[in-house]
Amino acid sequence: MNYSLLTIEILAALLGLAVLMVDLWIPAGSRKLLGIGAATGMGILLTYAIGSAAPGDGTAFGGMFVVDAFSSYFKGIFLLAAFIILLLSVSGSEQVQGYGEYCALVIFALTGMLFAASANDFLLMFVSLELITVTFYILVSFQRNRLASLEAGVKYLILGALASGFMVFGTALIFGAANTTNFYEIAARQGELGKSTVFLTGLLLTIVGLGFKIAAFPFQMWAPDVYQGAPATTTAFLASGSKAAGFALLVRVAFGAVPEITAHWGKLLIGFGMVTILYGSLCAIPQRSVKRLMGYSSIANAGYLLLGIGVASLTGSSAVLVYLGGYVFTVLAAFAAIQGVSEVTHSDDISSFAGLARRSPWLATSLTVGMVSLAGIPPLAGFFGKFLLLKAVAAQVGTSSIFLMALGTAGLGVVISIYYYFGVLRSVYWPRVENDLSPIVISGTTKLAIIVAVGGVLTLGVLPDSLVKGAKQGVAGLMAPLPAGAPVQTTSK
Amino acid sequence: MLTNLLLIPFLGALLILIIPGNFRVILRGIAILTSSIQVLKAISIFAAFQTGIAGLQFEENAPWIPAAGFNYHLGVDGLNIGLVLMTSLVSLAAVLVSSDVERQSKLFYLLLLLISGGATGAFLSQDLYFLYFFNELALVPTFIMMGVWGRGEHKAYATYQMAIYLTLGAIVALIGLVTLHGVSGANSLDAATLKLWLAGKPLSSSAQEVVFPLLLFGFGTLVGLWPFHSWAAPGYAAAPTATAMLHAGVLKKVGLYALIRVALPLMPHGAAVWLPILSTLCLGNILYCGWVAMRQRDLALLLGNSSLAHMGFCFLGLASLSVVGITGVVVIMVAHGLLAGLSYAVLGYLSKTVGTTNMDKMGGILKNAPFIGTIGIMAFMAGCGLPGFANFPGEIGVMFGAWKTMPWLVVIAAWGGLIIGGVYMLRAIRDIFHGPLQAQNAGVRDAGGSLEGYWRRVPYLLLVSALIFFGVSPDTLVQRIHPTVEDIVKAATLHEPTGEAKPAPAIAEAKH
Repeated sequence: MNYSLLTIEILAALLGLAVLMVDLWIPAGSRKLLGIGAATGMGILLTYAIGSAAPGDGTAFGGMFVVDAFSSYFKGIFLLAAFIILLLSVSGSEQVQGYGEYCALVIFALTGMLFAASANDFLLMFVSLELITVTFYILVSFQRNRLASLEAGVKYLILGALASGFMVFGTALIFGAANTTNFYEIAARQGELGKSTVFLTGLLLTIVGLGFKIAAFPFQMWAPDVYQGAPATTTAFLASGSKAAGFALLVRVAFGAVPEITAHWGKLLIGFGMVTILYGSLCAIPQRSVKRLMGYSSIANAGYLLLGIGVASLTGSSAVLVYLGGYVFTVLAAFAAIQGVSEVTHSDDISSFAGLARRSPWLATSLTVGMVSLAGIPPLAGFFGKFLLLKAVAAQVGTSSIFLMALGTAGLGVVISIYYYFGVLRSVYWPRVENDLSPIVISGTTKLAIIVAVGGVLTLGVLPDSLVKGAKQGVAGLMAPLPAGAPVQTTSK
Repeated sequence: MLTNLLLIPFLGALLILIIPGNFRVILRGIAILTSSIQVLKAISIFAAFQTGIAGLQFEENAPWIPAAGFNYHLGVDGLNIGLVLMTSLVSLAAVLVSSDVERQSKLFYLLLLLISGGATGAFLSQDLYFLYFFNELALVPTFIMMGVWGRGEHKAYATYQMAIYLTLGAIVALIGLVTLHGVSGANSLDAATLKLWLAGKPLSSSAQEVVFPLLLFGFGTLVGLWPFHSWAAPGYAAAPTATAMLHAGVLKKVGLYALIRVALPLMPHGAAVWLPILSTLCLGNILYCGWVAMRQRDLALLLGNSSLAHMGFCFLGLASLSVVGITGVVVIMVAHGLLAGLSYAVLGYLSKTVGTTNMDKMGGILKNAPFIGTIGIMAFMAGCGLPGFANFPGEIGVMFGAWKTMPWLVVIAAWGGLIIGGVYMLRAIRDIFHGPLQAQNAGVRDAGGSLEGYWRRVPYLLLVSALIFFGVSPDTLVQRIHPTVEDIVKAATLHEPTGEAKPAPAIAEAKH
């Protein structure tokens, strides 16, 4: 077996173990160095992953694990998210008990995501998701002395376990019907399997499990509570890495394993996407906690992404990838500011952001860029992603009226989102009451994280060409290695 | 050449970004310098523009996002050459009148230049992706400026209302654009490419009937088409002077521009179905907003509603679908940009020195402030269509153009524009500038009253002289606009499937 395909995963796991080991020897006063070291390692790994841009495509573990343009695209996203998260975690390291473990767990969750990007088998998909989810149970409840954090952890545990249950059950049914769990083998036989009720039930249950991961309606209820209760850096990782991992798997299952069934179920996904957009947007309106608001915003964004998958076309799914690429930078930019503010004010209420434009231009810029990009306004990455998504949906308008409805719903969601994102900006620039205007000092690592995130949002908004290219290659490669006779084109009807 | 023009405001903004916020004089200096260079550049392009040619000039075309099929395509033709010049003039005036901004002036000039650059980009871009991109780019700075430096108790409400309305309009237009892209199958959003493509393969009637209203109401909302207009007057009343000048004067025109550039020539059947409806709605602007303006005692709200009434004339001209009418629309767009800039500058000055925009508390301002008074009277007179100012040729063109198909509408519009407009504008002049000087206003000073302050008069003189220049010599505009508009009207009426009697084909065919 070609172990070189797993280089990044192995290195990431080793980095996590190294952090755990070093934590035992490093003096308590200089824990900060640990985070900086971990971030540096992650930076090196990221450069390596991007630098070896054309990895030899191939499969390992008997076809369970695949390296292709799609997996490389997502690995870049995950490594980048972990890099920024580790940077952000440094500034609060003194207040965290067991900071070394926190860093190690972030890296282990990342390893799970890396495996998820390459999962080409329902079993590996389940195992990698479990690796992500179990580490997140701990990460969410990491502030052991904060009740809200523990509560969020328990909620995530219960609902996450439920989702895992769905997924295992679904996988069992799929295996029962198909006698295999490999995506390629299933793709080759989907004509026959598509008629099997057992298989379809299994697939549906698997999608339910993934629906929990991406927080799509009606499996969204954990998101706001967990987002609000978890430490800000954990929430940021949950919103960026974990969500992207869920979508990576969903796209691979939808187009790598069962493209024909996806073409049939596309409208169902569009329907769920529309409800998810409306649910997330409407519930975000009255929120006062910015982290909770981000939870609902994350639900709404899952809805937009589902539209992209539901159109079941090459442009649609490459738009999903582009959207996610921009989205990761965007939420990290927003959370960099949320983390910076809540460290000082110990609150994430909108009022604690009052006058931020004068307290810290760095954090204010980061938050503004994040919110404006989430609202889908140029020249930021969020705009370009939404534009491509809407374009992909609009390309199908001629075939069914549901696509026009989807466009309308997406538009409505954007208009509503302007209201709540601007509520945050209003507090930053022209608050009702300005109580405390003392400057907020931010550390160099946070500054670096902000530069990377904001720079990414701007670059991807103005010069998104390479991202679009990468996304197109990734999606095109998903269906390429099908055996002869299998349907190669389900795209662009 | 056009890239340079587009880059100037953004480079200025970048320069302001890196200079520390406490160098206020330098920051303002950079903003003034940037805008002045922009004006000179725009004038040189306007002068070098060859008249009598319909197509794009100074074209620049390069792939920008080839993977998605979007091009960086700039160009000027009759439609946008005047608008680009007007944008630069209003931007310079807006920077010049903002000398009183002291709080966070770095952010202020940064946002102002971003609006200016965004508007320039929207007018110059021939790729509709970038048209939308630049238009939206200018919107966020508008809202932040309204929030931070806005005035009045209702500024938060007005800002939200404007933000939501304009986003709604923009997103509806965006849905229209992507649907146009999707159903056309052209894999490009370049206006010229689309036009060529659709000339060979016109959209189906049903598609046109869906896409045209999306664009019409989407872009129409950005302009303040009745009944989607209620954001405008309170929004401008709450906005700081420079923002009101730039938005009412410049940004609002992007919607009209896009309608003429995209909706009319690409979807003739959609136009035939929806323009009669537009011709009814435009009465809402002309009459309803005119009446509302008549009842206002607040000068800010009066100007806001009067500006909406002017937009009604533009919609009437669009609905006429005639060369004369649409040429008139383009002239009004330029003229109204200058006029709105001027009116809001005067309003800003009055509100700062008198301390209120309530006309009951003004009166006799002309005595203490002869310069501002004169400028104000000229602006208000231009607002009710006095010949000699640039608005007059535009409005008369619209009326001539619309007369053939909709004579009764023209009568109502003329009545609305001239009588109603005359009533509220003359009343405003009487209440503000004439009459006895009220005691509390005895301390009101004129702009540039002292010798060293004469430069404060520059922004007003700049806009007034442009208004008069284009009013006295409208031909400088018309001979540039005319060939392009002729082309557009031809495209908008050529594929008339039912062959109904329309005035415009007659004109278009006569030119063959």
